[in-house]
Order: sequence, then C-alpha cells, then structure tokens
Amino acid sequence: MNYPVLEVCDLSVSVGERPVLKGVSLAVLPGEVHVLLGPNGGGKTTLLMSVMGMPGYRVTGGRILFSGTDVTSLPADERARAGIALSFQRPPSVRGVTVRTLVGAIIGRRGGGGASLQELSGSIGTDALLDRDLNVGLSGGEVKRSELLQLLALDPTLALFDEPESGVDLDSIAVVGAGMRRLLDREGGGSAKSALIVTHTGHILREVPADHGHVLVRGQIVCRGEPLALFDDIRIHGYEGCLACQRCLSTLALPGGGVSRQ
Amino acid sequence: MTSEGVLLRAEAARDKPAAFGPDLDLAAFHVDQATRETTERAARERQMREAALGVGVDLAAGQRAGTFLQVDQTVIARRVGGGFGGRVEILPTLEALETPWVAERLWSIVAPDADKYTAAAALRPTGGYCLRVLRGERIEEPVQACLLIAETALSQNIHNVVVVEEGAAVHVITGCTVNRATGGLHIGVSEFFVGKNASLTFTMIHRWAPGVHTRPRSAVIVEEGGTYISNYLLLGEVASLQMYPLTVLRGRGARARFQAVLCGRGDSVIDIGSRVVHEGEGSASETISRAIGAERSRIWARGQLVARTNHCRARLECRGMLVSTTASIVAIPELEADGVPQAELSHEAAISPIAEEEVAYLMARGLAREEALAAITRGFLNVDQLGLPPAIARSVDEVLAATPAGSL
Repeated sequence: MNYPVLEVCDLSVSVGERPVLKGVSLAVLPGEVHVLLGPNGGGKTTLLMSVMGMPGYRVTGGRILFSGTDVTSLPADERARAGIALSFQRPPSVRGVTVRTLVGAIIGRRGGGGASLQELSGSIGTDALLDRDLNVGLSGGEVKRSELLQLLALDPTLALFDEPESGVDLDSIAVVGAGMRRLLDREGGGSAKSALIVTHTGHILREVPADHGHVLVRGQIVCRGEPLALFDDIRIHGYEGCLACQRCLSTLALPGGGVSRQ
Repeated sequence: MTSEGVLLRAEAARDKPAAFGPDLDLAAFHVDQATRETTERAARERQMREAALGVGVDLAAGQRAGTFLQVDQTVIARRVGGGFGGRVEILPTLEALETPWVAERLWSIVAPDADKYTAAAALRPTGGYCLRVLRGERIEEPVQACLLIAETALSQNIHNVVVVEEGAAVHVITGCTVNRATGGLHIGVSEFFVGKNASLTFTMIHRWAPGVHTRPRSAVIVEEGGTYISNYLLLGEVASLQMYPLTVLRGRGARARFQAVLCGRGDSVIDIGSRVVHEGEGSASETISRAIGAERSRIWARGQLVARTNHCRARLECRGMLVSTTASIVAIPELEADGVPQAELSHEAAISPIAEEEVAYLMARGLAREEALAAITRGFLNVDQLGLPPAIARSVDEVLAATPAGSL
C-alpha cells in the first residue's frame, strides 16, 4: 500500500499548559511538497516541532504517522534516523560542537553511500562555516545554510522547513532555494522526497514550487488549496479573511485523501 | 640551596599539611618497591606499553625528540631521538644531582618545606627526569615522558626539571598513570625554566585509579619574551588530587596560557588551581579551566592572578558543568593588584547545566541522547582547541562516551 509519507490525524498539542494545536489533520504523499501558511502564533512551528518529536511539545490527542507507522511516542533521534528532518527557524547555539563535527557524524552514520561533506558543503557554499561552532555568531543566512547542509547530509524522506527565508537576504534565498530543490530532488522534476514548509512571507514559493497549501490559524487548519492562490487571497484579505470565508474546507478536495473537515 | 639545607628544611616540614586538599597520612605508603628491577624489566616494559597509550604516550609512534619512562621507582628508558643529540638532553634526576645545570636549579623555585609532600620528595626522592633544550634549538618533535605506578601503596616521589634555554622551543607530553595498582601516592615536584624568547608547551595527562592520591608541586619561571603553554587533562577517577602550581612571568613581555580539562568521576576529590604572578612589564596570561562534575565527584577550581607590574594583562575563566545530583563544583577565582593601577585583570566563573535544548537539537539530527550529551560535554571541555595528539583526543572521547548516561 502506498502510505502517505506523513499523516497527521486530529492532532492536539500543548506547550506547557497552553493548548496550541487543536485537532489538526493533514497528509503528505510521497513526492509532494506542502506549505503551511498562517499568522504568528497560529501553531505552525508547533506542528513541525511535534512531527519532529521535540521535547516540550506534548501531544494531548491524535496521532502522527510516518510512512504508515505511528511515531507519536518516538523520541526525536529515532524519528530522525527513520527519515524525518527539520530545518529549525532559530536553532540553539551549541558551543564547542562544530558544523563539521555534526555533519561528519551524520555522514559517518550513513556509511559509505551518498555525497561527501566537501561535495555537499560546496554545493551550498558553506565551506567557511564548517569549523564554526553550531549557530554561534552566525548570521540569519548562515544559520539557514548550516541547517540546509545538515538536512542534505541527513537526506530525509520527509523534510520539514520552518521559515527557511526568515532573516535571509534575497541572494541567500536563492542559495537556500537551490539547496532545498537539491534536497527534494526537484531539479529534475519530481521524486519521492516530500516536504512540509512553513512560510510567513511566501517568498520561498518562488524558489521551491509547492503542490498543496494549508492555512493554520489559532491551532486549526482553516483553509487548503493551491499554494500561490492561497497566498494571493491572504495578501488581499489577510488571515482574518480566511476565518470569515470558510469556502475552502467545504468545497476543496483534500490532498492526501481521508482528511476530515477541521 | 645546599643539599644539606634542603634536607634540613624538608625534615622540619615532614608533617606539615598542605594548604588545600585532603591531608594524607604518608605512613600509609612506602617508597621501596617490592619487585627487583633486573629480573622484572621485561614485565615492566610490557606494563608501560599497555598503560602509556591511555595517557597520550605512544611508544610505537615514529619520531620523538626524546623519551623518558619510569615504572614505580625504576627508570626503564631514557633516550634522545636520532638527530636530536646535542640539541636535547634527558637525564634521570637521581643520576643528575651533580650535573651543574640541574644542581643549580633543584629546589630553587619549589620550596622543600612547602608541605609534607615536597618534604617527602626531598627526603625520599624516587626518580623523575631532567630535560634541557639547548640555546636556540627549536625542537620540532615532542619529548615524551611517562610515569607509571604498578605496585599498590607505593609512593612515587618524582622531581622533574625542565630547562628551555634562550630562543629554544619544545613540546613535552607527560603522562602519569597506573597499571594494576589499585592505590598509591604520586608526588611530582616540577621546576620549569623558560628562557628569554624561549617556548615551552607542556601537556600533562593524568589517568589514575580510584585509590590513587596525587600531589603535583610545580613552579615555572618565564623570562623576557618567553612563552609557557600548559595543557592539563584529568581523565578517569582519582582518590584525591591537589595542586596549585605557581607561574612567575618574570621577564618583560613573558606570556603564559593554561588550559585545564577536568573530568570528575566516581568519588574523586579534585582541588586544582593556578597562580600566575605578573612581574614583567607587558606580561600577559590566560587561564581557562573546564570541569565536569559527574557521579559523586567534588571539584574545587581555583585560580589566582597577581599583578606586580603596571601594563600587564591577565584573564581567568573557570567554567563548570554539574551532571550529577551527588557531585559538587566550587569555583574560586582571585585577582590581586597592589599599587599597580595600570594592571588589567579579569575573571569569569560560571557553573551551568547542560542545555536540554541543545541535546534535543542534536537528537533531531539522529544522535542518540548519550551521543548528544557526549558531543556537548566534549565541546564544553574545549578539547579540540588543545591541539592534542590523536591518541589523547580519542582517549578523551572514550572517557566521555563511557560516562554513564544516568549520571548525566
């Protein structure tokens, strides 16, 4: 059976005592790229962190399936080794651990196959970052490229990107976009790699074409549709317009199949 | 000081406790080794080969400028590498007492009556080495020394002298460890002399056993334009370790850098300091210590910077990380400037936890929790910046990897 790569079923998540996600469902099929739009504080990062299994994001209801397997209770390292990877929006600084050390460890775990550190780093221009401590004193663009290098090394089945364009100048967006396309194997037009991308500005959509869009407001998905069209609507009507509209969920066919109305 | 003078002073201090650290009853240790050195030489060499690698002394490694090996009270090797004759001299201390460059320096900067441990080293010396690098010789390969305790309850009373003459440079790697011994005492008196525009890098690695006590007693003089770099690593458990070496930056522009990495394991009691006195105008020092308190270890990390001249600069950084609810760390930085308003001294002391956010981040890259903790603690210990030989770097990795996750 061809399972969705990611299936989020009626997921509710609290951060501390505060409920953030309230019954979110979506499905990403193999090779699909989805974008998640929504206002600040709407729960986009929480959804990605929950899919990655990061501590502090407590699932209070629902399930997360990865390629048909329930991973809801798995720790982050097991999810990472299974093929899920997250590019953090604001990753922590880790003193004394260099980019080279971490990426080298990731590549070492993978065994002999795949591209070398030099090749991956050269492809996205991170050679100068390799001997820097992870995220210590890096600019916004450098952080994104460091994250991307790590994801390229992980070579995941499902890539999660949390605002890959935030804090990045336009030149760097092109580099990040090219790296994302390489990661998703989209340069040749379609493959089995899947992605869920959180974007606030939508700029990344120009670099990485997406198949489906979801709008997450106040912990619930309130609209779905073709990503660029959704983004245009939001630019005109704002997210409050989404809430008022209710058009999409009642009329649009849901991607991935089987996702119920929110 | 005459040898009679040394003995008289030492005799008077026979029972004098040290200012810091647990007080030991020296009667619990003996200096006469039980085994006969002539018949046991092969066994001793085998013990040395086994143990040396764990403290960074690779006896199979290629080129070394010099080697000194001592098991218990027996010197089993003392040699100068090919091509280094006439540039480097290595002598067993007990055979060098009449050698002028040794005799004039023995007990000249460490007082024999400092405490009962220096007194023991003066009254019952059992070995050590004297190293001289001749004027202007910049020695490209390291000199290695290994001191091993194999017999339980032995007191190894070592006295080392290192002289780096004007314009010379050398890197000395000294490993002190045990093989089979479950308890004992290692007293190490070291007197180092870094000449004008000379450079001494001294890397010392200690790997003891739960029943071994250690009392290094060191002093260093750095002349004008000289540089002294000290790397110290404590790996594995020790019953108790106390040292507070003194470095005097005597000459104009003398410099020193100290890096200490302490892994507190088991029931270790560790009291380590570094006192740096700035006498030379323009002298500068940097002292950095990193301590991890695991299991039931108790660590005191001391540091004292003293300015005795204007226009000197010194910085002290003590960082501790407690990874156990039954361990303790006390960081005690001290700065002292008296009548030298242009002196610039600073310190930074911190004890902080492992950041769970960092652990989770590395786990999201597929590292198991234990691997993530080891990577973070290794990074915290700053090991990569010590420029250690590969064997030692691996050894540090192994120690950190073997630290029980439960204690982290």
